Amino acid sequence: MSLADLCAALMFLGVVAYAIFAGADFGSGMWDLLAGNAERGGAIRHQVDASIGPVWEANHVWLIYVLVFMWTAFPRAFAAMITTLFVPWLFVGLGIVLRGAGFAFRKFAETLGQARFYGAAFAASSVITPFFLGMIAGAIASGNVSLERGDLLTSWTGATSWVGGVLAVLTCSFLAASFLAADAERAGDHELAVYCGRRALISGVASGAVAMIAIIPIESDATTLANGLQGKAAPFVVLSALAGLLALYRLRQQRYARARVGAVIAVASVVVGWGVAQYPDILVDHASIADVAGARSTLIGLLIVFGLAAVTAVPSLVWLFVLVNRRDWAQEPPAASP
Amino acid sequence: MFAVDAGQLMAARYQMALSLGFHIVLSCFGVAFPTLIYIVHRRGLRGDADALVLARRWSKVAAVLFAVGAVSGTVLSFEMGLLWPGLMSRFGDVIGLPFALEGIAFFVEAIFMGIYLYGWDRLPPKVHLRTLVPMMAAGVVGTFCIIAVNSWMNSPSGFRLVADGAGGTKVTGVQPLTAMFNNAVWLQFLHMFVAAYMVVGFVVAGVYASGLLKGRRDRLHRVGFTAAFAVATIAAVVQPLIGHVAGMRLAEHQPMKLAAMELATTTEHNAPLVIGGFIVDDKVVGAIKIPGLSSLLARGWFDREVPGLDQVPAADRPPANVVHNSFQIMVGIGTALVLFSLWFWWRRRRYERTGANRDPLTARRFLRIAVWAGPAAVLALESGWTTTEVGRQPWIVQDVLRVKDAVTPNGGIWISFSTILVVYAGLAFITHRVLRSMSRRWRDTGDADLPTPYGPPAERERSGAR
Repeated sequence: MSLADLCAALMFLGVVAYAIFAGADFGSGMWDLLAGNAERGGAIRHQVDASIGPVWEANHVWLIYVLVFMWTAFPRAFAAMITTLFVPWLFVGLGIVLRGAGFAFRKFAETLGQARFYGAAFAASSVITPFFLGMIAGAIASGNVSLERGDLLTSWTGATSWVGGVLAVLTCSFLAASFLAADAERAGDHELAVYCGRRALISGVASGAVAMIAIIPIESDATTLANGLQGKAAPFVVLSALAGLLALYRLRQQRYARARVGAVIAVASVVVGWGVAQYPDILVDHASIADVAGARSTLIGLLIVFGLAAVTAVPSLVWLFVLVNRRDWAQEPPAASP
Repeated sequence: MFAVDAGQLMAARYQMALSLGFHIVLSCFGVAFPTLIYIVHRRGLRGDADALVLARRWSKVAAVLFAVGAVSGTVLSFEMGLLWPGLMSRFGDVIGLPFALEGIAFFVEAIFMGIYLYGWDRLPPKVHLRTLVPMMAAGVVGTFCIIAVNSWMNSPSGFRLVADGAGGTKVTGVQPLTAMFNNAVWLQFLHMFVAAYMVVGFVVAGVYASGLLKGRRDRLHRVGFTAAFAVATIAAVVQPLIGHVAGMRLAEHQPMKLAAMELATTTEHNAPLVIGGFIVDDKVVGAIKIPGLSSLLARGWFDREVPGLDQVPAADRPPANVVHNSFQIMVGIGTALVLFSLWFWWRRRRYERTGANRDPLTARRFLRIAVWAGPAAVLALESGWTTTEVGRQPWIVQDVLRVKDAVTPNGGIWISFSTILVVYAGLAFITHRVLRSMSRRWRDTGDADLPTPYGPPAERERSGAR
């Protein structure tokens, strides 16, 4: 494994982390959107707030991590990718702005009407953003992005892009519903946990179904990816399917904390499978990792930065996750003194 | 590189200026607000109940500002590629390292922001207070890294350009650490870091001055004002020194930026300081000139040479009128803020010692100025950035890469610019509205927690029982 390969692997680690953690945050927005009117949706929206409030910004940083890693280690691939996929990136940017701001504003909204307005911005953009990110992934995976400037529209509207978009939204909602069910159970709200668990089951089955049907368009639209998924990446595809089935089984048993583990493995391994399938290309069919790697000294620098992150950001992140998973953090704190 | 029409380039520059100008205010809060909160929180833990209330409220304000800052910062990272692929594809690996380090800083800040916000009444008080420390540290590191990239654009180093055999050049011999620790980085970093504390200090103090002005003369307002104003004063006093030293380096590295700042049309010894004024048809009009002072301030002595715009062809000159006047707005406001804050402490001391004059916190004229000091500090910040960025034109990387060669070949930038303009205007309006509403509710109910209305009141009562 070369230095550039190692950097690409570390960058892809960020993609996987973003898909899981930010994916769960985005999916929560989708359930928020579908929660119905204020009368019925109050409880789930409260749970969404409690679950993603402390973590969403940290989870969001994984995207910055990936972008920075890409433009530093593979500058030409980054510039080509973002220039050709200009339009979907604009939608992603817009979605990220409205999602984050809407979420923060709703938390401090004064009236129900305002909360509804900010909440709608948060929830709608939580669906739009992963959809376009999925389309971007599909465009790269199907070989529609080269080092030359590509078509601004057709580059990201092929069959694989649509599969990517739909699959991204579905897997995000699967992850989110499993996370929310586990959080609600821990907070002692069994009724809400069952509500979320049922939704996890439905979106999990839908994700699996779409993933299976997707083989047909991918087969013709993205040959390299299809070959990879059936070849060297096949173990990850199998692992994903098994973990997904396990998650569904645990959901039926109403064992939400365990279902969550299955959901995470299922989504993580399908994302890893995508990466393995297109290796050693960074822009499928057009540029390999070695072709576009930046200066050697910079790649070494990146590894050092990653080492620094491993001793600073990672332990902090672990502490944050430990804290938010504690039972006493799941409940409201004792009334504030002043 | 690409043939780009001038309108596209203008739109891309406007979009970048708007995105940066918007985000920089929020990033000031990301950098300096944790320190301010730490000061009142620590005081609160030592028994000052009002200070503890301030810490609780400020942390909620920080939550809103940090969220808007996080998303507007993300937009910037997109725009590096969306608008300036010519910069990123050629120099991404030269300047990537500080960006990556900044990523860690952002990570740490976001993580501890979550812990701190949700740690109220959950973490042991001392541990809770200490979770602000990594945020403060992240502010230092993050500022340094971002400024490292910007100062590299002003004073590029850490790479070589060689002929690529096709009539162009390619980048080689990349030394990312040399690029990061370029000649301009330290002073520019200090300048921005201190500016963040000025902005946050004066803005927060201004909010409490406005409350005092409306007759809310409780201790809470006095503590809130004094803590913020003290931080602002320290920053304001050291800022001119840093700015001066940073400016003195320009003659060597960016003579045209200096020439534009000084509105110097010709190179001369004993150059006069030009106050106000514009260049019309290559002549300076409407300015007050003080002989020799420009040479003294910019170069250290009267007989030294200050470069003039005539040293380079017209196409390589920055738009001097913009640079000169925004520079002078920055310096003018900065100077006024130093005088104003020193005046406050002097009056306050006199009042406390001798009882002479009034308590400045009850003097309406003083408070009125204090309210405006906040927006003035923001204006100075924006003017400073305008000076350094417009002063580098037409280069995106000084003497190495032109802005027009870095801009995206994609059309339709006017559309994305207009979209961002509308979205950011909405964001600014709503942020203001939400913060005002929070402050009103704190005043009306005295409740530190602001319950979110997830459903109609009846539903909330029922779900509250869970």
